Amino acid sequence: MTIKIYVPLDSGSVALGADDVAKAIAAEAIKRDEDIKIIRNGSFGMYWLEPMIEVETPRGRLAYGPVAPEDVNSLFDAGFLKGGEHKRYLGHTQDIPFLKGQTRLTFQRCGIIDPVSLEDYRANDGLKGLENALKMTDAEIVKAVTDSGLRGRGGAGFPTGIKWNTVREAKGEQKYIVCNADEGDSGTFADRMIMEGEPFVLIEGMIIAGLATGATKGYVYTRSEYPTAIDVMNEAMEVARAAGVLGDNILGSGKTFDMEVRMGAGAYVCGEETSLLNSMEGKRGVVRAKPPLPALEGFMARPTVVNNVISLCSVPVILEKGAEYYRDFGMGRSRGTIPIQIAGNVKHGGLYETAFGLTLGEIVDQIGGGTASGRPVRAVQVGGPLGAYFPRSLFDTPFDYEEFAKRDGLIGHAGIVVFDDSVDLMKQARFAMEFCAIESCGKCTPCRIGAVRGVETVDKIAKGEEPEAQIELLHDLCDTMKFGSLCALGGFTPYPVLSALTHFPEDFKPHGLDIAAE
Amino acid sequence: MSLSVTSEEVTTRVGAICDGLAGLEGPLLPILHEVQEEFGFIPEGALQTIAKKLNLSRAEVHGVASFYHDFRTEKPGRHVIKICRAEACQAMGADELGNHAKRKLKVDWSETTANHNVTLEPVFCLGLCACAPAAMVDGKVVGRVSKDRLDHILNEVES
Repeated sequence: MTIKIYVPLDSGSVALGADDVAKAIAAEAIKRDEDIKIIRNGSFGMYWLEPMIEVETPRGRLAYGPVAPEDVNSLFDAGFLKGGEHKRYLGHTQDIPFLKGQTRLTFQRCGIIDPVSLEDYRANDGLKGLENALKMTDAEIVKAVTDSGLRGRGGAGFPTGIKWNTVREAKGEQKYIVCNADEGDSGTFADRMIMEGEPFVLIEGMIIAGLATGATKGYVYTRSEYPTAIDVMNEAMEVARAAGVLGDNILGSGKTFDMEVRMGAGAYVCGEETSLLNSMEGKRGVVRAKPPLPALEGFMARPTVVNNVISLCSVPVILEKGAEYYRDFGMGRSRGTIPIQIAGNVKHGGLYETAFGLTLGEIVDQIGGGTASGRPVRAVQVGGPLGAYFPRSLFDTPFDYEEFAKRDGLIGHAGIVVFDDSVDLMKQARFAMEFCAIESCGKCTPCRIGAVRGVETVDKIAKGEEPEAQIELLHDLCDTMKFGSLCALGGFTPYPVLSALTHFPEDFKPHGLDIAAE
Repeated sequence: MSLSVTSEEVTTRVGAICDGLAGLEGPLLPILHEVQEEFGFIPEGALQTIAKKLNLSRAEVHGVASFYHDFRTEKPGRHVIKICRAEACQAMGADELGNHAKRKLKVDWSETTANHNVTLEPVFCLGLCACAPAAMVDGKVVGRVSKDRLDHILNEVES
């Protein structure tokens, strides 16, 4: 009987050698005349164990990791095809504590299924949400999403149902669903992982969004840095089209929805929704003033839903199991689950989907296991390059939109970057300004000029030129950027800068900055 | 592959790309990507052809092509190495890694070595933040890039 072996196609896993491992297993199997089938699946998101391979046995799926090509020979010797003991043996995949502790609603099939097998997807309850949605009116679908409490997972946290309702009520011959997959925040990779590991859930979520709002065309705008995600999405869309899931007769309902993937070109600011729309239209990725809201005048000046990947991927489970089921997870006004991405200098880096409400300390120290370097954790940046640096004294902050806002931070796209005690927060503040200067679209002055002045000001502190006056100036500059910028790039760059200044003032003393500047 | 392309060739090949993609809603970015895929960069002469095909001014096309970091106006080296400079990679020593690469290759960011073999580019996040520091070598992702690993990569592309 053919034995199924799973080796991730996930970019993170491939970056650690998964392709070579897959090749080595295939070659060794031929040599030993073993009947195997290698399935390239998504990652479960435990990157310290990648490349993590699994074997399907009568005892269930058993995992081995991290596996190097050099381990393959000994894995065969140890009888891994039957789940044999080996130094890389991890036991049942689902029993690995990091995975067992999670509540996987959005990522429920990621890693488990063959990403481009619609049969696998359906066999694991895929498309049930869409089937239910097809029996509902547009208003009922919107109500379910509104009642679930789902908020935009891209960072802004705007209620998804309310956005959908605006588009539903907008008049227009052609409406669009645009999926913002321009995941540029350092420390985040949830969008990439789900597009590579479970593309059908995004397709399903987008179709449901189309049914709810009357949009018949969808676009996924993603990054040129994500070639694998683009390939997997395109392949899955073809499969969905051939199976009548996409097209002009969705699951035989007579309803229409189709979609395309568009690739960005390395501009961080295109993650901002209006800049993204300009980019899709073939313009410079310059931010648009709001109003008009994209919901009313979005892509090609037509009513457009712009939602993050994870928001859209959370919709199928809401439609499958009901708004209440989803809403019952979480705390306060942050309902449901959030895929937290733990990255940087961390022992157990990866994706951890859980209900809102864990404290930052639990996430970093317990789930993440502290730093990879073994040194003490000094700071964590939450929410990407525009997120605040939190010191250990704020580790009791629960993971929740409002709780983070109360402490002058943001959860953003839920990425957490861990730094050990070798971090220089003045250097990080300088980088925040430098990054803003590199990526500014140039439309508004506080961002375009402010960021450049910000870098210069930090450099003056480093050189000891009136450091106290410069620190005051930096505060002032941050105020201007925060209140005067058109979008979150200039408006939120003050978060990392001010949090560094507030929580780590001891770093803002004259000293050399070891920088890799351009 | 020939070393230089004539302007007629650019016009013909870019024209064909435009014809193939002009039906898309917002075709300019897909066209620019394909032109870069075809030539390795956006040749000067391509702008005029694209502008004509899409009924835009040459200035508008130039404005778009120059806005995005991805689009190059010069032919890159035979190998392109992108090293992530973003925070998660910084936390794992990306600055040092970047400096090491610059010293070894004797180039600054976004420059090509004198022998035209390697172009070194900064990138801000490859989504490999849990296996930092990360790099992309000729389109292939590499995680946990130590200095030794980078030296190994540099040796490989130089051989």
